Amino acid sequence: MSQAKKDEIVHDHNHDGIDRRGFLKCMAWAGTGALCVVQGGVLKSYSMSRANEWNAAKMAGELSFAQISDSHMGFNKAANPDVAATLKAAVDKINALSVPPEFLLHTGDISHLARPEEFDTVDQILKGAVAKDVFFVPGEHDVIGDEGKQYRDRYGKGTQGEGWYSFEKKGVHFIGLVNVVNLKAGGLGNLGGEQLEWLEADVKHLKSSTPIVVFAHIPLWSVYPEWGWGTDDSAQALSYLKKFGSVSVLNGHIHQIMQKVEGNVTFHTAASTAFPQPQPGKADSPGPMKVPAEQLRSLLGITDVNFVRGQHALAIVDSQLG
Amino acid sequence: MKGKLARMGLASVVVVLVAMFATASRVGGAAAQGKVVATAEVKIDNFSFGPTALTVPVGTTVTWTNRDDIPHTVVSTDGLFKSKALDTDDKFSFVFSKPGTYPYFCSIHPKMTGQVVVQ
Repeated sequence: MSQAKKDEIVHDHNHDGIDRRGFLKCMAWAGTGALCVVQGGVLKSYSMSRANEWNAAKMAGELSFAQISDSHMGFNKAANPDVAATLKAAVDKINALSVPPEFLLHTGDISHLARPEEFDTVDQILKGAVAKDVFFVPGEHDVIGDEGKQYRDRYGKGTQGEGWYSFEKKGVHFIGLVNVVNLKAGGLGNLGGEQLEWLEADVKHLKSSTPIVVFAHIPLWSVYPEWGWGTDDSAQALSYLKKFGSVSVLNGHIHQIMQKVEGNVTFHTAASTAFPQPQPGKADSPGPMKVPAEQLRSLLGITDVNFVRGQHALAIVDSQLG
Repeated sequence: MKGKLARMGLASVVVVLVAMFATASRVGGAAAQGKVVATAEVKIDNFSFGPTALTVPVGTTVTWTNRDDIPHTVVSTDGLFKSKALDTDDKFSFVFSKPGTYPYFCSIHPKMTGQVVVQ
């Protein structure tokens, strides 16, 4: 277990959380998947590259779910000519978890070009997951050309506005936000006034002890605005969540794992199941990063989350596909 | 003509002028009005439009080519033109028939902006 402990990061909000070494270790996971375990208010992260070393009993929570992101179905360039195979590998990985997730979150860029057959393929592959419920938010690739109409026809039943919604699972309040439509020239991701009003009203009635999980495609924190890795009006959204003791924000978009803790909010971005992207500023552009074929699956992954009431901890575990 | 060519050179614009001197007065559309058929190209590389600012004469057909492994769009900020998703090597063209400044961006990567100045 010594290695597993090294890779485990516990964000203890009561003790002001993350240490520098832990953060760097977390950065080093870039491109792997994550398992998230919600344990009451602190967020715990486990690298899924060490999945075989986990202590299932210690990590078990009241609620377990997995996040996948950026499947980019339809992408066929050198960075990964077979994104269907890697999405299938992600589903296999999820199905093999020692704590079976109750449902899946897909944080967008389901498709590469918003073509119907791309969505069809993803739907077909996700049917192979043991967890039957999948909650989606769109990525910018899913809304190309129609500002998300097709996406909402497929995945947006019962959602508001451009496709945002919330739901409860075992006392945890989940909020799916859309920050990829009506983007403005020169800007970043955008939530918009209507969604912000909805969010404020959505959480107003909740007790401050309610654990909150927000998921959206583009990071709701400023990862690297130069590459568009941030959301213009995310500060406004987060201001509505200040009263809550535990807020976890799960994003995709940047095809690598990053984590940051700010007060009671823990931000986490998941790996892609399709192709890795470079670290911020480490390449000419955020385009697909080509790596030797044998390394690819070590840079792709899934994220698993567990929640345990009373321990104020949300544990997020990232896991590589291979 | 000299002045125009000099300006385009300064802006590092690749403009192919197809001389239509003999027939210009007899053919319709922009070619006849401008007395030349001009085309210009913008390349999309590494999530940027190159050149970012393009100056062309009235009647120029501007063609954008996406050379990234990621799709992009070319969308006029004021709604004048809008491409479909351009996958790798896909092209989009628009004829600029009136003078003015036309800012545009990629609607899915809005940090990517550019403009076409039509003189």
